[in-house]
Amino acid sequence: MEKMTEGHIKEIRDIVKTGQVLTKESDRFSYSFDASFGTYLPDVVIQTKSVEELAALVKLANREKIPVYPRGQGTSLSGGPLPVKGGMVIDLSVMDDLLEVDEEDLVAIVSPGVLTADIHKAAEKKGLMYPPDPSSSHVSTIGGNLAENSGGPRGLKYGVTKDYVIGLELITPEGEIIRTGGKTVKNVTGYDLTKLVVGSEGTLGIITKAVLRLIPKPPASETVMAIFDSLVDAGRAISLILTSGILPSKMELMDQASMTAVENYKPSGLPTDAEALILIELDGHPAAIRDEAEQVRHVCQKIGAREVRIPQTKEEKEEVWKARKLVSPAIVRVKPTKISEDATVPRSKIPEMCRRLQEIKEKYQIHLVVFGHVGDGNLHPNIIADKSDKEEMARVEKAVAEIFEAAVQLGGTLSGEHGIGLMKAPFMEMELGAAGLDMMKRIKQAWDPNNIMNPGKIFPEPGQKLVLSE
Amino acid sequence: MKPDEQQLAALRSELNYDKTNKCVQCGYCLPACPTYLTMGVETHSPRGRINLVKMAGEGKIKDLSVLEEPLDLCLGCRACETVCPTGVEYGAILESARAAITRRKTFTVPQKAMRNLLFKKVFPSRKAMNLIGNAMWVYEKSGVQKLARKSGLMNKLPAHLGEFEKITPPAVAPAQRASLPAFTPAKGERKYTVAMFVGCVMDAMFRRINQLSVQLLAEVGCDVIVVENQTCCGALHAHTGELDESKNLAKRNILAFAQNDVDFIVNNAGGCGAMMVEYDHLLADEPEWAERAEQFVRKTKDISQVLVLCGGIQGEKRPAERVTYQRSCHMTNVQKVTEEPVSLLKNLSHVDLIEMNNANMCCGSAGIYNIVNYDASMEILDHKMKDVKETETTTIVTTNPGCLLQMKLGIERENMGDRVRAVHLIEYLAERSGMINAADQSLS
Repeated sequence: MEKMTEGHIKEIRDIVKTGQVLTKESDRFSYSFDASFGTYLPDVVIQTKSVEELAALVKLANREKIPVYPRGQGTSLSGGPLPVKGGMVIDLSVMDDLLEVDEEDLVAIVSPGVLTADIHKAAEKKGLMYPPDPSSSHVSTIGGNLAENSGGPRGLKYGVTKDYVIGLELITPEGEIIRTGGKTVKNVTGYDLTKLVVGSEGTLGIITKAVLRLIPKPPASETVMAIFDSLVDAGRAISLILTSGILPSKMELMDQASMTAVENYKPSGLPTDAEALILIELDGHPAAIRDEAEQVRHVCQKIGAREVRIPQTKEEKEEVWKARKLVSPAIVRVKPTKISEDATVPRSKIPEMCRRLQEIKEKYQIHLVVFGHVGDGNLHPNIIADKSDKEEMARVEKAVAEIFEAAVQLGGTLSGEHGIGLMKAPFMEMELGAAGLDMMKRIKQAWDPNNIMNPGKIFPEPGQKLVLSE
Repeated sequence: MKPDEQQLAALRSELNYDKTNKCVQCGYCLPACPTYLTMGVETHSPRGRINLVKMAGEGKIKDLSVLEEPLDLCLGCRACETVCPTGVEYGAILESARAAITRRKTFTVPQKAMRNLLFKKVFPSRKAMNLIGNAMWVYEKSGVQKLARKSGLMNKLPAHLGEFEKITPPAVAPAQRASLPAFTPAKGERKYTVAMFVGCVMDAMFRRINQLSVQLLAEVGCDVIVVENQTCCGALHAHTGELDESKNLAKRNILAFAQNDVDFIVNNAGGCGAMMVEYDHLLADEPEWAERAEQFVRKTKDISQVLVLCGGIQGEKRPAERVTYQRSCHMTNVQKVTEEPVSLLKNLSHVDLIEMNNANMCCGSAGIYNIVNYDASMEILDHKMKDVKETETTTIVTTNPGCLLQMKLGIERENMGDRVRAVHLIEYLAERSGMINAADQSLS
C-alpha cells in the first residue's frame, strides 16, 4: 500500500465536485471506528452522492494503490468499515435519495445510504414486507446490510439479506460501473455475481444501487412464551417445534444470566430461578396461527416447560417482547466490554451447542450470556468483560476461540450474520480448509488485483491471531 | 507512574473519560441527533463526540482544541441519552470536556471581560436582569424600537441579532415588573406550599409568564412563595464550560430555597428545571452538599407536574383551536417530564392537540446556541418548521423561554405571523381559563 500524499488529496478534491472531502483531525477520528473493536485513522473521508465521482475515485485509488474503505453508518460488529490500512473512507450513508417501491414487480429499488427501517416502512405502506430485520435496522444502511449479508430474528422463516437481492449496481475495484442480475426472480444468465457480492464485506466493490425482492405482509401474528428449568430442555423444545411442521417467524431465547441482568436493570417479572425462557412468534392467517400457537404450547409442555403463556392483547405481547429487547442494554451494565459473537450451528445441534457453551463458560470462568435468534441456530453468545483487565481478556480470547471451534465441529459456521471482518479472520482456514480459503483468495485477486478494496478484512495476514486487548 | 502517564490520568479524570467507556458505539443515537441530521457527518454526532473525548483521554488526540468545534456545535439537547441503550451520561461528558477546553483557552482581554460580566455579574443578579428588563421596556415604549426597525439598522447588527430583536416579547413596565409578590395565598383549600423559581432570562424577558404562573398555581390551590436571594440556575454557565461558576450558583439557590419549608420548588423553564434536577450530580464531589442538593432535587418540579397534581386547569368553552406542542428537550430528556404538559393540553375543552412528526427533535434554540451558531441553528429550525406546518395548527405551545423565542423566529422566517403564534404553556392555560384575554394579551 502506498502512503497518501498532498497531491492525492488535491486530485480527490478535483474529482469530488458535488460532495465533501474531509481531512481535519476531528473528522478523521470520527470515521476511525465502528461498533466493534479498535481505532484506525483514515487519511481522508469522502462524501458524495455521485456514482461517477465515486468511480473516478476508485480509479485513482487503483492507479495509486490507495486503500478504499466503504462505510455505511458504522454499526458493524465485525470491523467491516474499519480503515485498518489508512487511505480513503467513503461514507455512503449520504446516498440516501433513492427508495422506490414497485408494487407490480414486487421489488424495491434503493440507493445504499437508505436506512433498512425506511425500506420496511415504505414496503408496509403498500401492504408488502422486506423481511430481513437486523436489530439495528433503524440505524444501519441497506448498503451495509448488503455488504455484510445481515440477518435478523426473522431469518428463521424468511432467510437473510441475500435471499432478497436480485440485482445490483456496483463499482468494481478497477473503477468500472457494472450491473448484476435485474428485476426478475428467475435469472440464470451467467454466474450469479449478485450473490457473490452480497456478503463480500466491501472487498469486491462499492454497491451503488440494489433491487430488493418484497413479499406480501402477513396479516396477523401470535406470541408464545415458555419457561424452562433447564437450558438444554429449552434447546430440545426448539428442535421439536421446528420438526413438528410449524415454521415460526421468530424464536428467541433468554438464558438465566440474561434474565437476571434484565431484572437487575429494569424489573420485568422474569423468572430468574429458571434456566431459560423462549419467545416464539408465529405469523400468517389469524385462524392458522391460533391453531399453531396451541400446538407450540403442547410441545413445550411435553418437554417439561414450567409455564407456557400466550399473551392475548397487543399490550401483553409488547410487554413480553420488551423484556427481550432489554437484554442488550442490561448486560453491559454488569461490565463495560461486550464481545458479541454469532457462531451458528445446524438446528439439530442447538441443544449440544447450549451444553458446550455452558462448559466453556465454566472452564474459563467468564461472564457468558446466551440470548438471541435461537431458532435458526444463531445463538449469540455474548461475553461481558472489562477490556482494561488484561488477565480477564486473555481468558476471553481463549473462550472465543473455543466457541468458534465448537461451532465448526458441530457442522456450523464462525459467523451467522455479523461477518468475518477483522477479528474472525484468523479462524477462516479452520472452517474452510486451505483449498477452500485459497479459492476465495483467487476470486479476490481476480476482482481486485491491487488489493485496494477494504484490505485487511476476511483474509488473515500471515501469523494473525485473535487479539481483544488493546 | 511516569510524569506523562500521570498527566494523562489527570486529564482522564478531568474529561470524565471513564464515562466514555460505557459507549459501545452501536450508533443508535445517530437518528436522534439534530446536528447529525443537518450536518451529516459523524464528527457532529453523539457517538462521534464521545469518541473524540475518548481519544483525547487515551492521548491519541494530543491537542484538545481539535474537540472544540464538534463540542461547540452540540446543542446539548441530550436526545441521545433518551435513546441510548447502555445509559451513557452524555451530558456529563460534554460538560466536563467543554470545561477542560475552556480552562486551556486563552481568551482575549475583552472576551474575558465580557464573559466575566455576563456569567458572573449579569445572569446571577436579579437586579441586573431587572435593569435589562426595564431597559427593554424603555427601548420599546420610547419609539427607539420603531425607529430602529424602520431604518433597517436591525438588519445590520452582527450575528443576526436583528432577527432576534423582532421576536423578543413585549417588555413589562417597571411598575408591573416589581409586582411578583413574596407570598400569594391559595384560592380555596390549600393543597401545597410551593416556592417559585423565577429564573434570570425568564424573569427579565418573560416576567408576565412568571406572574401568570404564580396566579395559576394559586388558582389550583397552592400557597406560592417567591424566595429572595434566589439566582440564575447556572445552566448557561455549565453549557459554556464555566462549571465552577455554575456550582456556586447551585449552592446559592440551594441555600435560598432552604429558608422556607415548602412541598415543591416550581419552575416554568425546561432548561432551568433540567439544570436544577441535576444539582446532585453537579455537586457530586462535594459530600458536604450531598444531602441538601438531594433534597433540593427531590422538591424541584416543572409547573406542569404541580398543576396536574392539583387536578389540572379547567379550560372555558372558547372557539375551537388546533394546537401543536414543541417539547423542551431538557424537559423531555433530562427532567423526563413528558406526560403532564400533554395531559394539560388534552384536558382543555375545544382544543385539538395535533402532534407533529419528529416531535422530540430539538428546535435549535439551545440556550444561546442560536446566537453563537446561527447558521447551524437555522438549518435545524427549518426542519422543525416543516413539521410544524404539516400539522396545520394555529398555536405552537412551548415550555421553555428559549424554545418560545425560537418558535417565534421560525414563524417570522416562514412569514406565518398572520395565522400562527407561539406561546408558553402557561400563557395558553391562562388564556383558555379566562385569566387573560387572547386578543390584547394582557392581564385581565
